[in-house]
Amino acid sequence: MAVCIAVIAKENYPLYIRSTPMESELKFHYMVHTSLDVVDEKISTMGKALVDQRELYLGLLYPTEDYKMFRKLHNSYTDVMCNPFYNPGDRIQSRAFDSMVTSMMIQVC
Amino acid sequence: METAAGGGCGSGPPLLLSEGEQQCYSELFARCAGAASGGAGPGPPEAARVSLGAATAAAGPVADLFRASQLPAETLHQITELCGAKRVGYFGPTQFYVALKLIAAAQSGLPVRIESIKCELPLPRFMMSKNDGEIRFGNPAELHGTKVQIPYLTTEKNSFKRMDDEDKQQEAQSPTMSPLASPPSSPPPYQRVPLSHGYSKLRSGTEQMHPAPYEARQPLVQPEGPSSGGPGAKPLRHQASLIRSFSVERELQDNNSNYPDEPWRITEEQREYYVNQFRSLQPDPSSFISGSVAKNFFTKSKLSIPELSYIWELSDADCDGALTLPEFCAAFHLIVARKNGYPLPEGLPPTLQPEYLQAAFPKPKWDCALFESYSESMSANQQPRDLNRMEKTSVKDVADFPVPTQDVTGDDKQALKNTINEALPKDVSEDSATKSGLLPPPPALPPRPCPSQSEQVSETELLPQLNRVPSQAAECSPAKKDVSYSQPPSKPIRRKFRPENQSTENQEPSTAAGGPTSVATVKPHPTVQKQSSKQKKAIQTAIRKNKEANAVLARLNSELQQQLKEVHQERIALENQLEQLRPVTVL
Repeated sequence: MAVCIAVIAKENYPLYIRSTPMESELKFHYMVHTSLDVVDEKISTMGKALVDQRELYLGLLYPTEDYKMFRKLHNSYTDVMCNPFYNPGDRIQSRAFDSMVTSMMIQVC
Repeated sequence: METAAGGGCGSGPPLLLSEGEQQCYSELFARCAGAASGGAGPGPPEAARVSLGAATAAAGPVADLFRASQLPAETLHQITELCGAKRVGYFGPTQFYVALKLIAAAQSGLPVRIESIKCELPLPRFMMSKNDGEIRFGNPAELHGTKVQIPYLTTEKNSFKRMDDEDKQQEAQSPTMSPLASPPSSPPPYQRVPLSHGYSKLRSGTEQMHPAPYEARQPLVQPEGPSSGGPGAKPLRHQASLIRSFSVERELQDNNSNYPDEPWRITEEQREYYVNQFRSLQPDPSSFISGSVAKNFFTKSKLSIPELSYIWELSDADCDGALTLPEFCAAFHLIVARKNGYPLPEGLPPTLQPEYLQAAFPKPKWDCALFESYSESMSANQQPRDLNRMEKTSVKDVADFPVPTQDVTGDDKQALKNTINEALPKDVSEDSATKSGLLPPPPALPPRPCPSQSEQVSETELLPQLNRVPSQAAECSPAKKDVSYSQPPSKPIRRKFRPENQSTENQEPSTAAGGPTSVATVKPHPTVQKQSSKQKKAIQTAIRKNKEANAVLARLNSELQQQLKEVHQERIALENQLEQLRPVTVL
């Protein structure tokens, strides 16, 4: 199910992007960007009330199954953040993160 | 094969070697021969025998090996003569094997004669640090099957330790792999030179291993850098210095390790070193090092950021952005390994897991590291350069003192710390005063953050290795006056000072005044006091140990009392409830 996973930084560039063997990264990247627009819309409509990423996520896509996936992703992301050698804004090169993403993509595909 | 070679050389009696003996002897021979040829590496022993150049074992390593057998010198002379080495002037394979057989015979109590070796003998035993190795050596029955690998390994370790030469490192690595049925994956050749240099440096300068952030080690290794011929002077230096700690691992590995991942096993010395470094960053051993502090520290290792990031990933098991002591040791060890050329593992090796490390090196071990760190901390305020001088003198003392009591917990140390804190205000002040006055040999140590130096001072004071403290404190107090000369004379002074301080747990701190005055008095007769001091040391050690134990037990007592009270209260509450319920049931 997950053909592409991307982590986008605040400045709208990808910190991490991985797609299934089809390797149509560019296409996915565009799709991710367009979905960013949707995210922006959601944020603007909701105002500052609920800056809960999880809620936003649920609002965008298929809720339940991917919710778990998102949580895993988010946990891995925080683990990456914990690494003092990681500078925010760098590409994510953590092997643990990679393996987690791979497992997620395999699992649901 | 060996017998054929023996027959071919014709200079000795025909040898009948069992399979295990063959393997061991050929391995030993390869070691000695390899050492002679200076880094030819652990090629197949047959090749070494065949080729003329490497067909002989150098006298040096062989002599070391023979000495390791702990036979008297004249026995060894006899053996050397009998095996024919004296006659031919070198240790060929035949001579070497005959000699080993004779050693085995001598160790079994048989007379040193050619006839003795014709019978079935156990393997010769070479006394090294490994007791297990000796035991395994001694039993030929164990030499069959997979167990051959164990004496094989221990042989290497034994002979490895004996070889005072460059090759040890390389050969230890590859043979460690080979019996485990995989091609020796020794690091690429270009790294062997730095490894060997690092190792020889280790032999000469063990005590200097402890203090140091990476820069500090540079000057230590500097003299060997240019002669190493390694890839680059700078990486070599780092490698060599780090290799020192790493090569210790090769030397001191436990025999009971069933793990094939020898490079990922932390030895005692390394562990102590890591703990010292931990303390320099974080005085409390049961607490964390924050991410930023660790980052700064590890960045000094000059590894690339992605590698450091990966190492962090591996070692920070709970992903909390902070390193506990076992995590820190694992990370440090990985860095050392990486600098020595080992590729980083895919996952954290089992010997580096925090649970394993905590089990393998329980808290008490910190104690022996404590006193070393004490020396660190004492001088840390005066800049850690002090350390090296400290370390040198105190290393000798280390040998005198066994590992301290097992009971001292971190809490106890804390409590005692505080009491001693009051007792040692002088040291602290002196330390700060001497900040600029001390310039021990390696000058490049950056000043360590030492917020709780006084704590460390007091903490480590409790340890039996207070022997170091005298030298430490000696450094501190007279440092103002006389940097280089004060060390020996002040050593005895401090012994007086310390025990008095020790008793200040219970009494008034009067020693602070006593310290400087004793400095003056002792200076005139240093040597006399030195001798008597050594005798005092032992007693004082025992005293301190007992006091520590007392403190620990007192603490335990109080805790148990607390628990008892709580349980009492619970019981009372339950009984009340029971009372209330009883009338109901009766009715």
